Amino acid sequence: MLEISKVAKRYPNGHLALSGLDLTVEKGEILAIVGGSGCGKSTLLRLLTGLDKPTSGQIRLDGLTITEPRSEIGLVFQEPRLMPWLKIEDNIAFGIRHLPVEERKSRVGEALARVGLAPHADHWPRELSGGQAQRAALARALVGRPQVLLLDEPFSALDALTRSDLQEHLLELWAYDRPTMILVTHDIEEALFLADRIVVMQPNPGRIRSEVRPPLARPHDRLDAEFLAWKYKLLAELDHASRVPAGDEKFPAAAI
Amino acid sequence: MSEIVLDAAAASSDEAAVKPVLLKRLSWLVGLILPVGLALAWELAVALKWADGRLLPTPSRIIVTLGALSKSGELGIHILATLQRVVLGFGFGVAAGTFLGALSGYWTGIRRLIDPTLQALRSIPSIAWVPMFILWFGIFETSKVILIAVGVFFPIYLTLSSAILGVDRKLVEVGRIFRFSHREMITRILLPATLPSYILALRSGLGLGWMFVVAAEFMGAEAGLGFLLVDGQQTGRPAVILSSIVAFALLGKLTDWLLASATNRLLRWQDSFKPAE
Repeated sequence: MLEISKVAKRYPNGHLALSGLDLTVEKGEILAIVGGSGCGKSTLLRLLTGLDKPTSGQIRLDGLTITEPRSEIGLVFQEPRLMPWLKIEDNIAFGIRHLPVEERKSRVGEALARVGLAPHADHWPRELSGGQAQRAALARALVGRPQVLLLDEPFSALDALTRSDLQEHLLELWAYDRPTMILVTHDIEEALFLADRIVVMQPNPGRIRSEVRPPLARPHDRLDAEFLAWKYKLLAELDHASRVPAGDEKFPAAAI
Repeated sequence: MSEIVLDAAAASSDEAAVKPVLLKRLSWLVGLILPVGLALAWELAVALKWADGRLLPTPSRIIVTLGALSKSGELGIHILATLQRVVLGFGFGVAAGTFLGALSGYWTGIRRLIDPTLQALRSIPSIAWVPMFILWFGIFETSKVILIAVGVFFPIYLTLSSAILGVDRKLVEVGRIFRFSHREMITRILLPATLPSYILALRSGLGLGWMFVVAAEFMGAEAGLGFLLVDGQQTGRPAVILSSIVAFALLGKLTDWLLASATNRLLRWQDSFKPAE
């Protein structure tokens, strides 16, 4: 269980990115965090990985406070971030370098097969398409069998077709070990398709606005009437969340 | 009728396929046009008495001199002596430059401590060290190797330490996510990421090594191509001087080529600009 209690994050430049955040994520749950830009959702994810530390408050995984990156927590970035000088298989082996060679080989082979990249094992990252590269990044994050998988807008740079393909694929991958998954996205449809629960955040300072658990049957069908109804509801919610009070416009004329 | 046309098309496409491969394999010959052309032009100019080949001997005389020197075994001794100094000096210079460059690129504290001093030392012309090196390390091999190592050290140190500071933060973060130790961060992310500029620095360091070996051999040596050069000057034999210069050029080019082709494989991953043929 992942517990976030009273977390605030203020950057050295004084910007308060998160304030008084409370959130609990159950084991094996798929949680989506949505919000416009500047609502602190990526900051929250960085705190969860241990790359950054909260200014106040605590984040605990199974009772242990997270202060630095841990092997139980995997992260998929917005970009694939593969090491361009390593073949795909070596990129994937990155996260399990401590294992004996035999075990490493079999795990990497298994991970490659799961993401459908087995034929590309000895290719260079530059030889992959955007979707393939992101699959490789997924395999790299999952090969160490993390308890918690964090995803930072993982498919936002892909075209719509590849994106929905990878969303389905992600659920298949999740089904193997059922890690807790926390996905940050600005795509409502993606959040609805993947998640059990959706948290909407709002900016200035970054905080939780609302939380919903749409009672949709798995697998979620993007064209189902109820799915669409939820999508519109959340779109409206997100619109309210990122609407700025009058007199405090995002782009004040004076600044332009 | 159509069959004949097809055959002809097939035949011509076969030819077209063979030709580029052959052309590609021989494309390095283009690089010979300039030196060989200039040599022939000079040879011709002297043969036609347009010029006097006394102070600038013709290529044929240089070749004859080189032949005589190698027949007597002299050339081999000189080349070996020089090569040994360059290899040793280059090796020490690269080792020190890599070690300190990586440290100062990775740790701000170490950079603050050593970088200003090294930058100040860098601006001293290395030749200025010669008298001190002779006093400290004697007139023989040690002082020569150290002088070469000093020349090789700076481009390696400078390039590596600044290239590390230019490595993509995003890749470093991947290392942090996978809990890399400092050593792993340096060897598995920072050094590979800086490899393209590092290899370039190795090549320019090697070039400087060849430059400094001449300076080192000028300060008194019993063998070496630099010694041959001085000897040719003192005995008034321009053909010997030029033979030594040609030997430098060939060896420098050869070692650079060896280094470049040995490291080419390490850069296969690069997704870089490939100019049109």
